[in-house]
Amino acid sequence: MNKVYNNRAWLLVLPMLVLVAFSAIVPLMTVVNYSVQDVLGANARFFTGTEWFETMLNDPALQAAFLRQIIFSLTILAIQVPLGIGIALIMPKRGWQASAVLILITLPLLIPWNVVGSIWQIFTRGDIGLMGWGLRQLGIDYNITRNAGDAWVTIILMDVWHWTPLVAMLCYSGLRSIPEAYYQAARIDRASKWAVFRYIQLPKLTNVLVIAVLLRFMHSFMIYAEPFVLTGGGPGSSTTFLSQSLTTMAVGQQDLGPSAAFSIIYFLVILLVSWVFYTAIMNMQKDKHSQGGA
Amino acid sequence: MAEIVLKTLAHTYSANPQSAKDYAIRHMEHVWHQGGAYALLGPSGCGKSTLLNIISGLLAPTEGDVLFDGQRVNELPPEERNIAQVFQFPVIYDTMTVFDNLAFPLRNMNTPEYRVKPKVLEVADILELTPLLSRKAKNLTADEKQKVSMGRGLVRDDVTAILFDEPLTVIDPQLKWKLRRKLKEIHERFNITMIYVTHDQLEASTFADKIAVMYEGQVVQFGTPRELFETPAHTFVGYFIGSPGMNFFELRYDQAQNTAYFGDQSLPLSNAYLATLKKAESDNLKLGIRPEFIEVHSSHEPDTIAVQKENLQDLGTYAILTFSLNQQTFKARLPEDHPDLGDTVYIRFPDDKLSLYVDEYRVEVDHE
Repeated sequence: MNKVYNNRAWLLVLPMLVLVAFSAIVPLMTVVNYSVQDVLGANARFFTGTEWFETMLNDPALQAAFLRQIIFSLTILAIQVPLGIGIALIMPKRGWQASAVLILITLPLLIPWNVVGSIWQIFTRGDIGLMGWGLRQLGIDYNITRNAGDAWVTIILMDVWHWTPLVAMLCYSGLRSIPEAYYQAARIDRASKWAVFRYIQLPKLTNVLVIAVLLRFMHSFMIYAEPFVLTGGGPGSSTTFLSQSLTTMAVGQQDLGPSAAFSIIYFLVILLVSWVFYTAIMNMQKDKHSQGGA
Repeated sequence: MAEIVLKTLAHTYSANPQSAKDYAIRHMEHVWHQGGAYALLGPSGCGKSTLLNIISGLLAPTEGDVLFDGQRVNELPPEERNIAQVFQFPVIYDTMTVFDNLAFPLRNMNTPEYRVKPKVLEVADILELTPLLSRKAKNLTADEKQKVSMGRGLVRDDVTAILFDEPLTVIDPQLKWKLRRKLKEIHERFNITMIYVTHDQLEASTFADKIAVMYEGQVVQFGTPRELFETPAHTFVGYFIGSPGMNFFELRYDQAQNTAYFGDQSLPLSNAYLATLKKAESDNLKLGIRPEFIEVHSSHEPDTIAVQKENLQDLGTYAILTFSLNQQTFKARLPEDHPDLGDTVYIRFPDDKLSLYVDEYRVEVDHE
């Protein structure tokens, strides 16, 4: 075997490298550049090192927003994942009913974020909104602009309405891919409905659920438009999440240095959580006794 | 213990069946005796799997009855029949270990754990799965998985019949043979009725004592591999069993002259055949002969017919001679030490090796 070593082959990677550089590396490095400098004007800038990062990490307002963000993401995951599985399980399997339900369920996914916020803003208004008005008629003092609890419940409700369909659809496709023989074998093995779910359906859903959880986590961790339109982050700062804090800082106050540092921290957190989650799930599936030998 | 009887069984997948063509199973009768090793052989789409699913209870038949020991079980779901089924593609519970997979049917029946363990170990031992017991079933090879799904049928003491639906489809050829022997062993060890669905005649005849050949929704013959070979009850059996399949040719019977013709050629048939032909009420008459039974000579002998050799294919232990007679192609199987053949060969169809078919079904000819 005569293997020819030719390093010019690396040139073939060049077009991709250029593309990635302009789409990801350059913009990201710009942010990194800002995060370590204090820019006062066009020609006045100072190197600040990790100072902005330290400031950001110690900012109580941001810490509070971060905590709210985590609570929000975990809450919607805890609701949307089981609910999505449940919906997928009861959806019709074939015929026109299946298509009809699929279309109905997909509708919320097609609505732009800002529109979702507006719909719910109107929906929850005490004077003309069906939900706001209805709850008041029932004697419940419901007001999302005054009551932080109401605002939270409404935002979570809105997110569940908007995004559970995604989880449901992923699970539905996962369920449809299970061969009929599995259900037949389970009947012959006298498995209960619960056992069928636990040992056939759930394991076959693992892969789509990993995708669903990752997507929903990343999405919800970056949520911006919907709560911004619905509550504007209020009352007070009770529903101000990370994205809104960042926007206020970067666009509202033009604090480029701190917001760049904050962006990087924000990005790394999402990356880290997603990676840890993915690795943990993949490790769970590995054979603990694979050295058992065949 | 169970004897499985199928009475005037018919099944259709269509909502309003118009003709016999709409039926997957066409009004058949059949008895599977307790403890037999049976094969259900037939081409794809002949209704084998449908029949199997009706026996196991996954499908309810449109018409007719399924009887287990004389009891009608039509409405009983699979979980209430004492039957296990192994599917074409191995079904295993991915997240469980091999042990848990095998224990699964027992645990579903609330068997106490102290009785689960010895039973699982026993079955694992028979199937040679013992070293794999603590492995996750997901990471096994296809043949190991298929053994696990067989094992789930064997652990249950109440199982009286195991149905196999082409279980070796996804198994490597060299392992197929091993697994088939394992099945045979299990059959001898336990007194279990086994019904093995396949479209492979070799698989059927190595596994089963008796083979049911299915064709267009009916069992056209039920017999030992030898019977299927020597006296195919239906032209389809003749064509399907054997390699190459049986030669068939259409007969025309002339009442006035009491002579049988194949095309223009009058055939030297014995009186027994002619008497049977006389009684036949159909014009659909065929003679069949196995390629193995055609006598081939290199020179003229009494009662032989001269034909043109078309092709002689040497397959090592035997040779296949192709010749044509009345524009129809015939195949004859010759032994390894056959004489050298010229372009013209002389063939004879021995009387006692011919089979007569009226309306595609074999008619017994009384040879005195």
